[in-house]
Amino acid sequence: MIIEFILIGLMQLLTGAVAQNRGFSFEPSTQRIYYANHTSHLDTLIIWGLIPRSQRKHVRPVAAKDYWWASWWRRFLAERVFHAIPVVRHRESFHEDPLHDLETALAQGESLILFPEGTRGTGQNIQPFKSGLYHLVVKHPGLVLVPVYIDNLNRVLPKGELIPVPVFCTVSFGSGFTLKEGETKADFTARAQSRLQALAAP
Amino acid sequence: MKLFHDPQFVIILAALLGVLIIASLVGWALSRRVSTEKGCEVIANLNTRIKAWWVMVAVFMLAVTVGPVGSVVLFALVSFLALREYFALSPTIRQDHRILIWLVFVILPVNYVLVAIKWYGLFTIFIPVYALIWLQTRAAIAGATQEFLDRAARIQWGMMVTVYFVSYVPALLMLEIPRYSESGQNFKLMLFLVLVVQASDVFQYIVGKLIGKHAISPHVSPNKTIEGFVGGIMLGTLLGAGLFGMTPFTILQAGALALVICLMGFAGGLVMSATKRGSGVKDFGALLPGHGGIMDRIDSLCFSAPVFFHLTRYFFT
Repeated sequence: MIIEFILIGLMQLLTGAVAQNRGFSFEPSTQRIYYANHTSHLDTLIIWGLIPRSQRKHVRPVAAKDYWWASWWRRFLAERVFHAIPVVRHRESFHEDPLHDLETALAQGESLILFPEGTRGTGQNIQPFKSGLYHLVVKHPGLVLVPVYIDNLNRVLPKGELIPVPVFCTVSFGSGFTLKEGETKADFTARAQSRLQALAAP
Repeated sequence: MKLFHDPQFVIILAALLGVLIIASLVGWALSRRVSTEKGCEVIANLNTRIKAWWVMVAVFMLAVTVGPVGSVVLFALVSFLALREYFALSPTIRQDHRILIWLVFVILPVNYVLVAIKWYGLFTIFIPVYALIWLQTRAAIAGATQEFLDRAARIQWGMMVTVYFVSYVPALLMLEIPRYSESGQNFKLMLFLVLVVQASDVFQYIVGKLIGKHAISPHVSPNKTIEGFVGGIMLGTLLGAGLFGMTPFTILQAGALALVICLMGFAGGLVMSATKRGSGVKDFGALLPGHGGIMDRIDSLCFSAPVFFHLTRYFFT
């Protein structure tokens, strides 16, 4: 609780970010997948912090296991503060389903925050999406997807840096959408990507 | 609260509250009367400005009440928030990150500590000489040579405007003016500067809206008109002269200094407008609703504070 408060406060001080709702509203509360471009380790925190508190406890960020579970304090943040769900980026065997835990959470009615690019980009371009988003939506048709575009955050904390600097950031929430009937994996992924891309323009 | 035994402070505070209450009432009445779309927009903008004024007056008065440390901390925070906006619109690159860390977490605090401990000699040269040399050296060590001069200039300019110039406002507390500073009245100099410069801003806005016709620099800031400029500066100067009682100055001296403050305020606003235009944005941020951001509020203070400080120091200490 206190850590949550401090982290969000620091985030606000550094970025001054407010949720720019472009065709989106947090109310009424429903189950959603927030998906965003990934440019900084702070991405999860900024989105999570902008979601209203009453909804936040039902929103679970998806975090790379190889990074967030690599040291005790990251693990503490991931598990105790964000209630993150670990995903394995590089599967060791083909028997385990990397999306299994995500599906469990969705089945329990939780919302997710995820980064379909898989890895952090440079902040200039959105990398091609992986197909995980589609696989989740196929099993939960009717689930609302919300594109979230984060601008400037990579300048607050670029890859490989430890200390953040203050830079004003914008976080745009686009209008939610669902899987169309009969939509293919390629079509859906392209649509999700272009919805996010559209938010990149001011 | 010792401050509240100072009659001038109490009068100023009461006057400010009165003006704000009247402004809020007028804004509320206007919002009920206008019907045209354009009118609604102007009034909505006016009302958000008034609301932000409430916040600014409250924060400033709180800081002054806490004492010198309160003022120093407040303006250090202002510098921090201004830098946050400045970086957002001036494209720094990855290799600048360490330099920015130095600027935000070392140079900024040291500068304000120098103000707090009243080390005038080092304060005036710390940023223009030592910080400049170190940041550029650090940038060269970092090794990225692309657009080196552009990046150096951007960071240097940001540091001067948002940290160095802004810190001249609380630096007024370090001046030792005979028959004035001994009784701890310097905070009223700060109040004088901020009141005159912000009032002149408001006057220029109002006069410009009422009778403004000829734009001064249409490419930079279409809202700044010759009529607004002349009227705003005149009213600001008169206000400053009228406030002479709270300063160590005579009425003429106060008017002359207020004139300089207003002119510098105008220059600061114009330069910041040009900076914003050059970067393709209208407002620095959305920190205070309707007020753009911190930079949009303090742009006129940036240039007037150091000039006011040095004139006062030269002639009155």
